[in-house]
Amino acid sequence: MNIQDLVKISDYEWEIPQSFRGDMRGPVRIFATRRLLEQIVNDKSLEQAVNATTLPGLVGAVVVMPDMHQGYGFPIGGVAATEFPGGVVSPGAIGYDINCGVRLLASSIEAEAAAPHLDALATRLDQYSPSGVGKDGMVKVSIPELERVLRDGARWALKNGYASQADLARTEEGGAFKGADPRKVSQRAKQRGRTQLGSLGAGNHFIEVDVVDEIFDQQAAAVMGLRAGRLAVQIHCGSRGLGHQVCSDYVREFQGAVQRYGIRLPDRELVCAPMDSPEGAAYLGAMRAAANFAFVNRQLLAHAARRAFEETFAGKLQGWELRQVYDITHNMGKIETHEIGGRRVKVCVHRKGATRAFGPGAPGLPPEYQVIGQPVLVPGSMGTASWVLVGTSESMTRSFGSSCHGAGRTMSRSRAKKEVRGDALRSQLERDGIHIRAGSMRGLAEEAPQAYKDVDAVVQTVSAAKIARKVARLRPLAVIKG
Amino acid sequence: MPFEELPHTADWALRVWADDLPGLLAEAARGMYALADARQAEGPRVTRRLEIQAPDAEGLLVDFLGELLYFVESERLAFDELNELQVEGFRLQVEGFRLQVEMTGAPLRSIGKEIKAVTYHNLQIKETARGLEVEIVFDV
Repeated sequence: MNIQDLVKISDYEWEIPQSFRGDMRGPVRIFATRRLLEQIVNDKSLEQAVNATTLPGLVGAVVVMPDMHQGYGFPIGGVAATEFPGGVVSPGAIGYDINCGVRLLASSIEAEAAAPHLDALATRLDQYSPSGVGKDGMVKVSIPELERVLRDGARWALKNGYASQADLARTEEGGAFKGADPRKVSQRAKQRGRTQLGSLGAGNHFIEVDVVDEIFDQQAAAVMGLRAGRLAVQIHCGSRGLGHQVCSDYVREFQGAVQRYGIRLPDRELVCAPMDSPEGAAYLGAMRAAANFAFVNRQLLAHAARRAFEETFAGKLQGWELRQVYDITHNMGKIETHEIGGRRVKVCVHRKGATRAFGPGAPGLPPEYQVIGQPVLVPGSMGTASWVLVGTSESMTRSFGSSCHGAGRTMSRSRAKKEVRGDALRSQLERDGIHIRAGSMRGLAEEAPQAYKDVDAVVQTVSAAKIARKVARLRPLAVIKG
Repeated sequence: MPFEELPHTADWALRVWADDLPGLLAEAARGMYALADARQAEGPRVTRRLEIQAPDAEGLLVDFLGELLYFVESERLAFDELNELQVEGFRLQVEGFRLQVEMTGAPLRSIGKEIKAVTYHNLQIKETARGLEVEIVFDV
């Protein structure tokens, strides 16, 4: 696809009209600058966005964010809304890592005072947060206990002493999706998940200690408890093998469902089923159960981070307690009501590598965030800045209350591996004053900042397009990777 | 090597080719282990049997590789010998394929890469000049 195929709406918004291809059920809206678009057209992400518009029951446009890149089936950074309950739900449009997301915790420790202790802190965080390929987690549970995790989400963590009420209040959906149905999760998925609660996994997942580098919105930052110069912690991970298995199971099952329901699609990875069919309802129940698993997973890792902070700083520095700012999901399908063309419509918003970004007054937010809008957490690539944004009223009308989720890859993992040496990268990051703990040098090289777009440019775009507003920028001090 | 890595911005993609479907499955397995940088430990060999049914050849490929990934995660095993690998068409309610295989391998010494899943993205087994050919995208 060429930039000439796109209609420019503004400097930050582009459209692929529905007339571009005969099987489209709506247009594609792209939030990007021309410069970001030039990177985006290099891979197949726009073609994948066009494919996504063929989902039956699509409402409005498929929206893509400036951090978009090629995925498998549905592009990363894509948002698609389908009418509920007659439209379809597509597991591949949510992703294998169901409820992959980000949690942000804030402390009152001054980064300057903490500097001499950061190496010890990184070591403890690494010790207490199991990571790496196929590694077991902090907690192993029986199958009946796992089913309670799947049903109750973060409420299970609260009951078992891993969470506080305040944590739950500042988690999307209160950390527990309603309608989670553990019976729709296969035995194999449960077996995989049983031993993996409280584990980071591998790939681009991480725990990071940051300093709040700059505040752009004093009022919103104050509400979130963020102050310049203080330490914060980001946790990025998802539902581990359990979520991967749930998605795999339903992508397999829906290969038959699309035939039964007479659905024609340009790519088998987009397979889907009507939400009011038994197959669609089963997936919704299983997806929510997997999402609840992910909320508990991040909660356990937050618990581990608190332990590491206490052991490192208690008795040495004041204000080491980690308070939750927010926990968001960026791979999920959610039933929400949006106004489209003057009519209020109940839809399933598929967000894959996109963050919900509800504006002030939106339902489901804690009272303090009703005022400022929902926090949007945008981790940058390793060694670069991360951003805290808030959703806006414009995001509600223009992007189904969604915004970007990260920097977005621009270079393949194999090329990154060829161009970057893991040990050299680690030395470079350490020279920049960032403490690194990584399971594999090869994995580190694949996640090199050169392989990603410039997160500042991505955030600048959503901010200029007004689908999110800048609150604070974070700078990394320690990174723990699987 | 009858497989090669293809460029993909975020995930891993492999092109695999072989004379026939059993060969394609075996080469895809080898390619996937190579991609994941799976290394076997010295020591006693382990054998497992597997039987899979799927409505089409692509489904069989996804399920087979998915089973191998499950052995990696659940038992930390990788197989380098696929014996008596048989694929047959069958007719139940729909036409489909059945795979039977005996696999011998060893516990993993290390694995460099977490493959989350084998995807159906643009998955199509094609007949080409070099036999059967397929491109597989893995979510990593």
